[in-house]
Amino acid sequence: MIYKGRVHKFGDDVNTDLILPARHMVTTDKAELARHCMEDADKNFAKKVKAGDIIVAGKNFGCGSSREHAPVAIKACGISCVIAESFARIFFRNSINIGLPIVESKEASKEIRNNDVVKVDTKTGVIKNLKTKKKYRIGKYPPFMERIINSGGLMNSIKKRTA
Amino acid sequence: MGHTITEKILLKHTKAKEIHPGEFIDVKIDLCLGNDLTAPFAIEEFEKSGAKKVFDKKKVVLVPDHFAPAKDMRSANQCKVLTHFAKKYGIKNYFEIGRMGIEHALLPEMGLVMPGDLIIGADSHTCTYGALGAFSTGVGSTDLAAAMIRGEAWFKVPESMKFIFFGRLNKWVGGKDLILHLIGNIGVDGARYMAMEFCGETIEGLDMDNRLAMCNMAIEAGGKNGIIAPDRIAKKYINSIKKRPRPGKGKYYSSDPDAKYFKVLEYDVRKIEPLVACPDLPSNVRPVKALRNVAVDQVVIGSCTNGRISDLRLAAKILRGRRIKSNVRLIVIPATQKIYLEAVAEGLAKVFVEAGGVFSTPTCGPCLGGHMGILAEGEVAIATTNRNFTGRMGHPKSQVYLSNPAVAAASAVKGRIAHPAEIV
Repeated sequence: MIYKGRVHKFGDDVNTDLILPARHMVTTDKAELARHCMEDADKNFAKKVKAGDIIVAGKNFGCGSSREHAPVAIKACGISCVIAESFARIFFRNSINIGLPIVESKEASKEIRNNDVVKVDTKTGVIKNLKTKKKYRIGKYPPFMERIINSGGLMNSIKKRTA
Repeated sequence: MGHTITEKILLKHTKAKEIHPGEFIDVKIDLCLGNDLTAPFAIEEFEKSGAKKVFDKKKVVLVPDHFAPAKDMRSANQCKVLTHFAKKYGIKNYFEIGRMGIEHALLPEMGLVMPGDLIIGADSHTCTYGALGAFSTGVGSTDLAAAMIRGEAWFKVPESMKFIFFGRLNKWVGGKDLILHLIGNIGVDGARYMAMEFCGETIEGLDMDNRLAMCNMAIEAGGKNGIIAPDRIAKKYINSIKKRPRPGKGKYYSSDPDAKYFKVLEYDVRKIEPLVACPDLPSNVRPVKALRNVAVDQVVIGSCTNGRISDLRLAAKILRGRRIKSNVRLIVIPATQKIYLEAVAEGLAKVFVEAGGVFSTPTCGPCLGGHMGILAEGEVAIATTNRNFTGRMGHPKSQVYLSNPAVAAASAVKGRIAHPAEIV
């Protein structure tokens, strides 16, 4: 898959309380959750995001609570892919399970700037910064995860296996 | 090659004959858990999948504890989703208001957690049960949905880190201080994806409440699970539970002497004094003594970390016969109904109320900015909870400091962060 969009840059240890504050966890309505995405970091974040945009962050993105509402809000507000130096483990598995593409690259996380436009190709394993023309390599998902991703998330993957 | 306790439990629950860190496995689970915030998503997925029943009515646990007793109409609707699901599918372990408690205090107390178990919960602090020698970890709502249907979950076998604590604890130092010290040492991602094994003579001497508080915060170092090899203290705890719903006595695993660790760290606890994690990361740890000029508006004693009876006894020891500072709000929340009753019977509730505090029904409430004590703009709280992220307890411009119950109680008396030794 190829994802292309403008970058919204964040720092290290972005936690799930920041991504989606608990006070909004009174619904499973994805559009509503999307409206509150990142609001304690940037009140207008959800309004600024255009479909396809990409989040680039530092290490340990998504640390803290297990709330799936966090990756759901990111996906539902239009973000196509998250690039980070590293991800917290529950956020990582939640993203895989719901089909939010996330990729790790230390260099890309350090060098890509806010508002740059980048292209992520998960098939060839390359991130390209269209502004600086610089390319970054991303590792491949292990086959086990690849199966879940290619099925479109965990629930679909189970359906396929039990069908 | 020997195995760690974590590897042994995973191996026992998978079809694979041998496992190694980094490998992906499907495991059978002994228990799965959801609450009023995470279960509604899982239930939605469950219904969408067309599943007709849960894999085992006794192995699904639902606890409305976060925004419960329902803080508003929308939370009430979320709680109702759980009530209906429990009724429709005959869930045995659904805990309604009046019988519920904060899930990670409630499940061990009810005897739902056994040594050697493999437990997943759609709540990050599910790692708490490692204190009883179970492999237990937080997952998301979709994982919970899949587990309710299949009784299985997928995992990457984690590498293990061993944390050896030795020496005699200083006065007013407990499990909370040990884990804060550790997180301060390795950072909030210092054990990312790792199994965190706590051992050594200090741990062997810790009571169960302190062990639960330590394992509870493994996630704050990025850990997959926190675990302590079950011993006679764990056995005594299990045996003390009346009318255990689970048959058997659990399986007591321990790590082999030649098990492989990613890293082994040792801590001399004689050097550890009461600690506080400053805003806005649990790793931002400093000694209480260095923070005596920090004024507080609110003190919260409770949560899945430190809302157990020994925590309340410790706080009462400081507060007995004293009044809290007039401009401070003290909110004490026993973690379960059993702890609530014990606190009343022992006169602890009276101590808290006479000191000028409130004594609440069990709820996660303020810990995650839900209800029962939300902070206003610019306010500062010291809490025995587990997270101090920006806006965690309310306004994005409020601040949370984390400590043990004795430090929190002392701070309520002084109106600023205080060392218990300043008072008793």
